[in-house]
Amino acid sequence: MNRRSKIIGSLASTLIGLTALVWFLNTRDEPELTLSITATATDSATTQRGAYLAKVGNCMACHTARGGASYAGGRGIVTPFGTVYTSNLTPDNATGIGTWSPAYFWRALHNGRSKDGRLLYPAFPYANYTQVTREDSDALFAHLKSLTPVAQDNHAHALRFPYQSQAALAVWRALYFKPGNYQTDATRSAPWNRGAYLVNGLGHCSACHAARNALGATDGLNLAGGLIPGQNWYAPSLTNPHEAGVADWSVQEIVQLLQNGISPRASVSGPMTEVVRGSTQYLSSQDLSAVAHFLKSLPDAAPLSSTKSSVTSSAITEMATSTSAPTGVAVRGAELYEQHCAQCHGDNGTGVPNAYPALAGNRAVLMSQTSNLVQIVLNGGFAPATLGNPRPFGMPPFVLKLDDTDIAAVLTHVRGSWGNRASAVSPLDVNRIRANQTP
Amino acid sequence: MTTSFLRPLAACLLICFVAAKAATAPFEDTIAQRTQACTACHGPQGRAAPDGYYPRLAGKPAGYLYNQLINFRDGRRHYGLMTQLVEPLSDAYLLEIAQYFSALEVPYPPPLVATATAGVLAYGKRLVNQGDTARQLPACVQCHGTTLTGVAPHTPGLLGLPRDYLNAQLGAWKTGQRRAHAPDCMKVVVTRLRDEDINAISSWLASQPLPASAKPVAPALPALKDRTQAIACGSAPQADRP
Repeated sequence: MNRRSKIIGSLASTLIGLTALVWFLNTRDEPELTLSITATATDSATTQRGAYLAKVGNCMACHTARGGASYAGGRGIVTPFGTVYTSNLTPDNATGIGTWSPAYFWRALHNGRSKDGRLLYPAFPYANYTQVTREDSDALFAHLKSLTPVAQDNHAHALRFPYQSQAALAVWRALYFKPGNYQTDATRSAPWNRGAYLVNGLGHCSACHAARNALGATDGLNLAGGLIPGQNWYAPSLTNPHEAGVADWSVQEIVQLLQNGISPRASVSGPMTEVVRGSTQYLSSQDLSAVAHFLKSLPDAAPLSSTKSSVTSSAITEMATSTSAPTGVAVRGAELYEQHCAQCHGDNGTGVPNAYPALAGNRAVLMSQTSNLVQIVLNGGFAPATLGNPRPFGMPPFVLKLDDTDIAAVLTHVRGSWGNRASAVSPLDVNRIRANQTP
Repeated sequence: MTTSFLRPLAACLLICFVAAKAATAPFEDTIAQRTQACTACHGPQGRAAPDGYYPRLAGKPAGYLYNQLINFRDGRRHYGLMTQLVEPLSDAYLLEIAQYFSALEVPYPPPLVATATAGVLAYGKRLVNQGDTARQLPACVQCHGTTLTGVAPHTPGLLGLPRDYLNAQLGAWKTGQRRAHAPDCMKVVVTRLRDEDINAISSWLASQPLPASAKPVAPALPALKDRTQAIACGSAPQADRP
C-alpha cells in the first residue's frame, strides 16, 4: 500500500514536473502584457512601413479566403494533420484584432500565442516570425489597425485527434519551437544581415523550402528544400547548386527573378508564383538585393543529397548509354515532344527568351524530385503577372490530353535529350500526382 | 544509277522536311501566342473544343468573358484547372485576354441535329422566346437579346453551344456550383426552372443555327412582359432596370 502510493506519488510528481516544463517552455520570453503602450506610433510613415512589411510577409495571401475580403481570414491551409483556417486580421472588435494591443500582436508573432491565450498552430509560421523585431511588429500592427474592419467570424480548424488539442500543441512547441531574435552576424555585411533577416523572418522562406519531419517541424531554417505538405509541389533547395541554389548567379539575376517572376536563368512556377505576385515583386530593390546577397552566400547544406544526385546522374548516364537504342518509350517521347512541346520550347529544348523556358540544361527539368515537372505538364500555368512582366506567356494543361504513360514518356525524353542526363519518369510518378488532383 | 535514284529521294525528303517545319508556326510575340494555354482546350482562336465541355470564347461579349475569368479566380465558378491558370494574372491582363477573344470573328459550325422530340423542342422554343409569366419565368430573349446572340458587354449569347454544356451550366447554377456576381439574376431564374424545362431549353437552343450576324447586340432590350418582375443582375448592371 505504502509502496503503491509512493509509486503513484512519484508518477504524479513526474507528470506535474513535465507539465510544468512544457508550460515553462511554452511561455518563455513572453512580453509583459499589462504594460500599457502609450507611445505606439500610428503615424502614416509607420503605417506605410507596416504595409510594406505585410508585403514582405505576404500576410494577405493566407489571411484572405478565395473571393473573400482582404485580410478577413478563412483560407484553409491543408496540412498532414488536418486543415488550419487563417484568422481575421482586420481591426473588427468582435471577430478581428480590433481589441488587440501591440503587445498582444507581438506575442502572437514572437511567441505564437493568441490574445485569448490559445497556442497558435505553426501553419502560422511563427518559428520564422519570432525573428521579427518589436519595431517591425508594431509597424505591422499599425498597418493592420488602419484597415477597414470586416465582421467575419473565424472558421474553426478541422484537425484530427490528437492534433486538435492545445496539450498536444504545447508538447510540440516544447520540442520544436523556441522564441528568438535575429542575431546580427558581425562578420557579414549590412546587406547580408538585412537579407538573412528578411528571408528567415517575415519572408518565412523556410516554411516551404525546408523539409518537415513526421510531426510537421522544419529542420531549423536550413532552406535545403522540401515537399510542400498537401500540395505535391517540391520547394527546391536554395542551397543546392543542382536545385535552386543561386551561389553562381549574379545579384541582378536573382533580383530579376524575384521582381518579375522570370529571369534569363529560371522562371517561377507553382506556389512560388503566389509568392512573387503577392510579395517579392513589391520589395524595394535594396531589400531584394539584400536577399540576393544572403541567398548567394548559402552554403551547400545538403552534401548528402548532392552526393546522391551525382551518384544518380552517373547511374543515369550508364542507363542512358545502355538504353540508347530507340526503345518504344524513347520513340513515343520524342514523337510527343515534337507534337506538343517543340512549337514553344524548340526542337532542341532551347525555348524562347522571356517567353518559354529552355528545357536543355534547366535545373527544374533535371532535379531528381520530379513532382513539379509532372504538375506543370498536367496543369500548365502562367508565370505571375508582375510590373516587370505584366503579360506572361502560358503553358497549356495536358491533364486531359495525355495519359500517365505519355506524360512519363515525354518527360523522360526531355530529361534525357540535348545534353540532359536525368533519370526516367515512370507512369507511376505521374499517377501519384494526378491521383491527388481536384479538377 | 544509284545517284539518279537517290537525288529525287533526297529532294523529296528535303521538301517533306520543309513542309513539316512550315506546319509549326514560328514564334510571334502576340496575344494569341500568349494565350496558347487557353486555346489548347478551347480550340484554335477559342472556337470551342469538339468534346462539348470547353465552350467557345470567340466573339462572346468581353465583359462576360472577363466576369467569368474573375469568377473562376474568386470561387464563384469551380474548375480547378481554370482557377489555377487565372490565379497568377492581373485584372488588367485578364481584361486584355477577354477583349482579345471577344473581338475574334470565327465562323460557327452548323448546329447538331436535335435528338429531342418535336414536343420537347416546341416547349423549349416557347420558354426561350416567351418564358412563363404564370411562374414569373422571364424569356431567355429578355436578357440574352432577341436574336439570342448576347448583349454587349456583359450578357452572353446562347447559340452555338453544345446541349451538354448548356445542361451542365444550368444544372450547376441550380446546385450553386456556378454563381455570378451578386445579386445573381441567373440563379433566381434557374431556381424557377424544372429539370424538364432545362432539358427542353438546352435541346432547342443547341439545335438552332446562328443568324447571319452572330455578334452580341447593343444594349437595347425588349420591354418586360406585363406582370414579370425585373431581376437584379450584379454581373450585367445595364440589364438591371425597372
